[in-house]
Amino acid sequence: MRKIILAMLCACLGGGAWGYEIQAQRLFSAGDGAPVLRIISTGDLELFAPLIIAFQAQNPNISIDYTVASSGALYAAIAEEGATFDVALSSAMDLQTKLANDGFALTQISTNTAALPDWARWADRIFAFTQEPAVVLISRAGIGDLPVPQTRQDLIALLRDNPELFMGRVGTYDLRLSGLGYLFATQDARQSDAYWRLAEVMGSLSPRLYCCSSDMINDIASGELLVAYNVIGSYADARQEPSDSVIYLIDYTHVMLRTALIPASAPNPDLGGLFVDFLIGPQGRAEIRSQTGLPPIDGAALAEFSHFRPIPMGAGLLVYLDQLKHRAFLDEWIAAMVQPEN
Amino acid sequence: MKAPRPSQSLRRRLLIQLLGVAAVLSALIYFGVRAIAEQAAEATQDNILGASATTIAEELGAQDGEIVVDIPYAAFSMLGAINAERVFYRIETDAETLTGYDDLPLPAIAPSLLAPVYYTINYRGVGLRVVALQRLVTVQDRPVVVTIIVGQTRNGHAAITSRVANLAASLGIGFFILAGLLNWVATERALGPVRRVALAVGRRGPADLSPLRQPMPRELAPLSTALNDFMARLRAALTRTETFIAEAAHHVRTPLATVRSQAEIALRLAETEDSRRALRAVIRAVEESGRSAGQLLDHAMVTFRSEHLEPAEVDLSEMLSHALRALTPSADIKDVTLQVSPLDTPAKVLGDQLLIESAIRNMLDNAIKYTPADSTVTISLGQVGGSHVLEICDQGRGLAGADLAALSIRFERGNNVADVVGSGLGLTIIQEVATSHGGSFTLAQMTEGVCAKLSLPCYVPA
Amino acid sequence: MRFLLVEDSKTLAQSVADRLAMDGHAIDLAASLAEAEDCLAVASYDLILLDIMLPDGDGRDFLTRQRAALRETPVIVMTARSAVSDRVHMLDNGADDYITKPFDFAELEARCRAVLRRRGGSATNIRTFADIEFDMLGATLTVNGQAQQLRNREFRLFEILIASPDRVFSKAHLADRLFSFTEDASDNAIEVYVGRLRKKLEGSRVIIETLRGVGYRLTAQ
Repeated sequence: MRKIILAMLCACLGGGAWGYEIQAQRLFSAGDGAPVLRIISTGDLELFAPLIIAFQAQNPNISIDYTVASSGALYAAIAEEGATFDVALSSAMDLQTKLANDGFALTQISTNTAALPDWARWADRIFAFTQEPAVVLISRAGIGDLPVPQTRQDLIALLRDNPELFMGRVGTYDLRLSGLGYLFATQDARQSDAYWRLAEVMGSLSPRLYCCSSDMINDIASGELLVAYNVIGSYADARQEPSDSVIYLIDYTHVMLRTALIPASAPNPDLGGLFVDFLIGPQGRAEIRSQTGLPPIDGAALAEFSHFRPIPMGAGLLVYLDQLKHRAFLDEWIAAMVQPEN
Repeated sequence: MKAPRPSQSLRRRLLIQLLGVAAVLSALIYFGVRAIAEQAAEATQDNILGASATTIAEELGAQDGEIVVDIPYAAFSMLGAINAERVFYRIETDAETLTGYDDLPLPAIAPSLLAPVYYTINYRGVGLRVVALQRLVTVQDRPVVVTIIVGQTRNGHAAITSRVANLAASLGIGFFILAGLLNWVATERALGPVRRVALAVGRRGPADLSPLRQPMPRELAPLSTALNDFMARLRAALTRTETFIAEAAHHVRTPLATVRSQAEIALRLAETEDSRRALRAVIRAVEESGRSAGQLLDHAMVTFRSEHLEPAEVDLSEMLSHALRALTPSADIKDVTLQVSPLDTPAKVLGDQLLIESAIRNMLDNAIKYTPADSTVTISLGQVGGSHVLEICDQGRGLAGADLAALSIRFERGNNVADVVGSGLGLTIIQEVATSHGGSFTLAQMTEGVCAKLSLPCYVPA
Repeated sequence: MRFLLVEDSKTLAQSVADRLAMDGHAIDLAASLAEAEDCLAVASYDLILLDIMLPDGDGRDFLTRQRAALRETPVIVMTARSAVSDRVHMLDNGADDYITKPFDFAELEARCRAVLRRRGGSATNIRTFADIEFDMLGATLTVNGQAQQLRNREFRLFEILIASPDRVFSKAHLADRLFSFTEDASDNAIEVYVGRLRKKLEGSRVIIETLRGVGYRLTAQ
């Protein structure tokens, strides 16, 4: 298992190096001598900064150190390095579940955690604070009059029927780099056999593979990419991309739950607990919506759309992290997506 | 007489012992239910664990000379479906761990290809329930034994256990309370006969010394026998006392009779007025002694019997007839006429025959004594309201204003009867008899003499 | 009358016997039940005076045996006991009456007379004097064929007088014998009773003479 993660890390870093790579960091200081709440997160600093500030407004005597890393790096930091963070926020539900399962997370029990619906938490260790759907981003301008796909079948048909248009201009996560991408792909494979057909079709179109949603959004915006698959829809909304470019496929749309946990190696687990309670509490939810634009946990909103399918939390998420399974899946994905032409 | 302080109450002992038994049984129920339920819960959880391992086992295969396993999603998602359980697993052959947590401990006893092994361990600081099963995979025509180990935390088990414990505790307590109530009822019923015997003995009249004939449990028979023996001895003692009183009477009165006879003889032969006067005084003194002795003994008897009243049906008119027959000669001597209204209807009261007859005799005797010679004593027996009233009126000197209560005090005599022989005991006796029978006795001054009225409640047989 | 006195106290027995003898009765003494049986075997009595507590047995058992043997001699039981039950039982056992010690002899005589009257009298109890008949048991005085009932004191007075005709009895003597020792005997009282007797004797030759300062005597004209 570790080998896989390390491999992912190495790939991300493009070389062999111990330790995890920090993508960004900022200290929100509350003055000298104030206790420091250390957060490691996969979320963009610009996206989450307003939320941090809102928290600090509530707790002016706490300094916050916010570090951004990839989901793989975050996992390695906690599981292997024993890095001293008080809160770990990640969109990779499976990696978070593994951290919690393997004993790297502390339990947190409070009125706020009890108020969370059952599908938004697991084992009193992982707490979801956003529900973010995986969408298809389309350049409307790019596809012109072609029918906007509503289902994956539509998408497959669209791509297969217009190979010259879409050649080299379709994109999705590189599963070797993105933990979230792997999660989305494995869930897709579970959900429907259309996924592998889609993968094959995409694979034949020399797809671009990305580490992150934001890059895909950028490329769609610039027109380099015409179709991006499994983008985090809320990022696109947050960046105020034109709404007609965001497609929620109606056969099913997976909803990723961004989760928080308190690492076992936390130096200030009380501060971590305070932040977690804030995130999942009613005030936190309001701040998340207003400050970040991300959808907070809301069962009613999910129920509104029958095709929205939240990824289920639980030990099942560990299955695809099994090394044999992971290797087998990746092999198959590479065979489909990374075709000899590349 | 203070009752001796009772040693431990029988009821309390019974209750405590029965409650003790109930407590033991309650505890047994508690532990029994817990054990059975926990076993059942564990069996169920084990079954799920076994199913998970089995689904994994189904996905074992060989590919390119290597063993491959495609762990199905369901294998882990089925675990912790109810409670979020953490999952650990390991798939290994003799040579190496194929996948999973390679430090997950193997069972002490290896499973066979036929049966899985379940065991409990501590791993990474938590308790796990683990199943281990074996499968055979053919790799390049060689059989390889693959061991699949799946474990999960025991939150679900703990939750069931605590729920069962509460249930078992409620059952145990409920049983205990119910048993307590039933014990109380059973104790009351068991002690019922004892209580009934006590009541039966308590309800007896003070003079009831007849043997106990109450049906009672065998265990109380020795007590009953002892009680009857005791009562027999008491009866004997009482009889002896009565006999003693009678004996005393005899020994006092016989010598007095001798003195009187001699004095009368001497009086007959006396020649001087002085001697005659002296002898008359002697005779009078003897008569007074005899009367006193008689009344003292009578009073003793009345007191004795009043305390041990043996009520029976007594006919007042019959008693009156006896008394009249006995006292007519004394009346005749003084030429006193006894005028009686007819005594043909029975007048029944509930009381002691000897005491009532004694009271009537005393009343009659008193009237004859205090009425002058050649006078009439009127006697009537009638019914007034719920009582029979015996009225005896004489033509004697009356009470001179003294009231009944004062006269009744022993040895008190009215000051106008100084020369009539007799102590005041007679009235005391009648008063005591009246009181002990729930009746009343009055002396009233009439124009011509005194009327004595004894009234006793009528007896109406139920 | 002929009495059998069954009493174990010798002094009492002798005193009673002497006292009764003064009134002209004949007494045989028995100090035990066995002696009583012996006496009854050889003589007949008008009345038995029976004490209850005797050295060789209970007088009541003796009584029961007597009655069982159909011996009908009247019995008056002398008892020192107070218990009414004893008195009652005695009557049940066959006694004719009872009297408690110490007893008034006048009462004893009255009871004897009553008992004998109930049993039926014998001829020896009628005393004739001049032209009158005196039934001692029935207490009647028959003058010229007319029977008159005498009241108690009248009877006793007449009995004394007729027992010794022509003998003078002093008032004091008569008073002693007539009135109980507890009564105030006024001088006049004798006079009253003598007067009553005289009334009842009217029409016969028998008179009661008053001897001034001396006394009274019964005589026939």
